[in-house]
Amino acid sequence: MIALLSFLPGRRTSAAFAALVLLGLSLAFAASVGETSIPVQTVMSTIANHVWGAGYDVDPIDAGIVWNYRLSRAVVAASCGAALALSGAVLQALLRNALADPYLLGISAGASTGAVSVAILGVGAGMFGLSVGAFIGSVVAFAFVSLLALQAGRGTGAIILAGIAGAQLFNALTSFIVTKSASAEEARGIMFWLLGNLSGVRWPDATQAFPMAIIGLLVCLWHARALDAFTFGRDSAASLGVPVRRVYVILIGISALMTAVMVSIVGSIGFVGLVIPHAARFFVGNRHGLLLPLSALIGALFLVGADVISRVIVPGQVLPIGVITALVGAPAFALILCHGRILR
Amino acid sequence: MTLELRNISWSVGFKKIVRDVSLRVEQGEFLGIIGPNGSGKTSMMSVLAGIRPPSDGMALLGDQPMRKVGRRNLARRIGFVEQQADTSDRITVHEAVSLGRTPYLSLLSPWSAIDDDIVTSALESVGMGNMADRIWHTLSGGEKQRVHIARALAQQPDYLLLDEPTNHLDIHHQLGLLELVHALPVTVVAALHDLNHAALFCDRIAMMDGGKLTAIGTPSEILTQQNLRDVFGVEADIETQSDGRCHIRYRVRNQMGVQTKKGRVA
Repeated sequence: MIALLSFLPGRRTSAAFAALVLLGLSLAFAASVGETSIPVQTVMSTIANHVWGAGYDVDPIDAGIVWNYRLSRAVVAASCGAALALSGAVLQALLRNALADPYLLGISAGASTGAVSVAILGVGAGMFGLSVGAFIGSVVAFAFVSLLALQAGRGTGAIILAGIAGAQLFNALTSFIVTKSASAEEARGIMFWLLGNLSGVRWPDATQAFPMAIIGLLVCLWHARALDAFTFGRDSAASLGVPVRRVYVILIGISALMTAVMVSIVGSIGFVGLVIPHAARFFVGNRHGLLLPLSALIGALFLVGADVISRVIVPGQVLPIGVITALVGAPAFALILCHGRILR
Repeated sequence: MTLELRNISWSVGFKKIVRDVSLRVEQGEFLGIIGPNGSGKTSMMSVLAGIRPPSDGMALLGDQPMRKVGRRNLARRIGFVEQQADTSDRITVHEAVSLGRTPYLSLLSPWSAIDDDIVTSALESVGMGNMADRIWHTLSGGEKQRVHIARALAQQPDYLLLDEPTNHLDIHHQLGLLELVHALPVTVVAALHDLNHAALFCDRIAMMDGGKLTAIGTPSEILTQQNLRDVFGVEADIETQSDGRCHIRYRVRNQMGVQTKKGRVA
């Protein structure tokens, strides 16, 4: 029923509008909550000042916290959540596997190898930072996995197995470098980074993450019908007129790129890419025209919320966001899983 | 509009699965493809459906190589029902059949009321008009197969290609499905396991053996004692019925010596 109604343009526009409002509110909320609580009104005024120079009178310290720290961070969290959830939804559909997630393609393992190579081995001799190293690592790992999958015969099974092999290889490399060369302090830092960490995030990161998430969303939405056609497998999609190989290259490529960009900024945040698409499926079913935007929305809201919790749950300490996503997300998902059938 | 294979071969790695097959599908006919397991029926069907390019030779639709026709246009002309296509997704029957409209939809021509009508009439033509809201995994094997055929019909094809459509169905549903397909106003190419079904429904039969198309003709030309012995390795008597259709009565070698678990059959 929902699927039918969504084809009415009015309904669709208002749903998109509601989603944007919801997203905006969650960002404002995230910017107001923290160690020092800042009223939402101050947050709004600060945003107005920066976006169209409204010239409201705001305490400069509050304004600095809101704009430079919390808002940039919330934008990155939202982009990251949306991108990871999208990648997960796309890969689950393409590979016909409910356990597929953005890290299946070896990307997070490669990113961690790249990051430790820069941070511990000093690869690049200070020419570039951790995130550039992580990005290069993830691209190398993805290239490795793709080549392996092509050699192994291109089937969905081959892609999954190649991904596992690649992830294992690069995780082993990371462990090797960490145990061989890292001090205890460095090892702890890397561990923190691997679990996902938004603390160092500022506007330059947001200006990478946000456009990436938007481009990813548009590319995936463009292929929503093609993804639907994969319901009964690759051959069925081909017989429905879908250029299977091209769709594979484009969609796996964009998923990998989104994941690589996000991981290189915030580390590998687990759970979102695997579980959010399933949660979204419980609400709107399997039509990707609805599933993709809803996955992106839930992913964004979820990660913004998880980031807020990670900042406030232990006073004076910021927990890795990956811990929160699983800690909060797993019970939430369990609830949906149990009551989902009643909902539909 | 013609559908034709010209000297096509298809290989996996270095192994040739289909060798040098030429075949022309006539407008409006029911063409059966028979052959023992591993004779290349499925591979040949997928080349004919345009989802695998031949490694040699040419697959043509309307005198144009399929490569040039393009995937979307092919999907508007040829509906293909695979041997076994299942999904673990929670989709309704209506959603499954809607997939058949994929080759007609784009950003500029989104889903419309016409598509709804086509999906509804496709479901009705397979006798499942009242089951549109059922969830896929609650369907029986026969119902699933009929939904697949409805999905293919929603593509509004000129050609309906079926790869062993009656697998895993009981005899009632096997016959029901073939009768249904036979009555549809499309050209049908079906790979069939049961030779008596082929004899009952086909206008022509193509026989495959070892990747080659060894013979093509009317059922009574193809289903001969000689062919059954050489290609399928079975002994059989062919009877011609009053309606001109032939019927195969299989003979088990050394009938009196068949062993059961309990002992000798009386």
